Amino acid sequence: MSRTHPTRHLLRAKDLADARYADPLSVADLARAARLSPAHFSREFRVAFGESPHRYLLTRRLERAAALLRTTDWSVARICTAVGLTSIGSFTTSFGRMFGVPPLAYRGLHPDPAAHAVVPACVVRFYGRPQHRTFREDTSAGDP
Amino acid sequence: MKIANAQVWVHDQDEALEFYTKKLGMEVRADVTLPEMGDFRWLTVGPAGQPDVSIVLMAIPGPPMIDETTGREIRDLMAKGFAGTVFLTTDDCRKSYEELLQRGVEFVEPPEDRPYGIDAGFRDPSGNSFRLTQVKDFA
Repeated sequence: MSRTHPTRHLLRAKDLADARYADPLSVADLARAARLSPAHFSREFRVAFGESPHRYLLTRRLERAAALLRTTDWSVARICTAVGLTSIGSFTTSFGRMFGVPPLAYRGLHPDPAAHAVVPACVVRFYGRPQHRTFREDTSAGDP
Repeated sequence: MKIANAQVWVHDQDEALEFYTKKLGMEVRADVTLPEMGDFRWLTVGPAGQPDVSIVLMAIPGPPMIDETTGREIRDLMAKGFAGTVFLTTDDCRKSYEELLQRGVEFVEPPEDRPYGIDAGFRDPSGNSFRLTQVKDFA
């Protein structure tokens, strides 16, 4: 009973993705936080949380990017870097697939919600995560 | 009407007691084991200076109280971090953060400025989430 639940270690990896999405984190880094090999980790993470760690990290980053588009006047390049992504091209593509519109169009559609109600930041990040849409990264069975 | 106690499930009561008292610095409010109820242990803790509110550190019982499947589901939810959140306030978030960090509390988020104040986050050993907020005075 006192033995730590195995999923508790996976949660450590998920928390790391939430806290350090802005750093150049990889799935291997997350696996280390859970003290598992990357392949085993990805499998276990998917069982526990219903999606691969890669996808979790990406939607976390895109959620933050969307928030920055809504609440700052930063350039797309700056936002891309600020959420831990390196390629503006793939950021724009992923963003468009996830939100249905490119980053700047998204900004135009969304006035700052903080002007209407003060909601705790942890809640904003939790509920703001976009619904994942099927795209290329899903089709590879071994999704890292 | 007032809030007296609120319950969180814990994976292991001894481990939880150690964490909530030694690391979070809370006081033990009640630690009573009832042999006539299968050694049920009523364990509550609370912050110093707030004697009328406690957190119940509740072990997950087996059958007949909670069936095996449900018990496993609760343990799974807890380990996944989805069993609930306790929101704490402090007068000085960064100072509390440093103190708790020194005592080995596992933070998931260091203090950050938010529109409503300064906010940090950590978890207990079971996976329960805690926010530690220095609420901005809007007055």
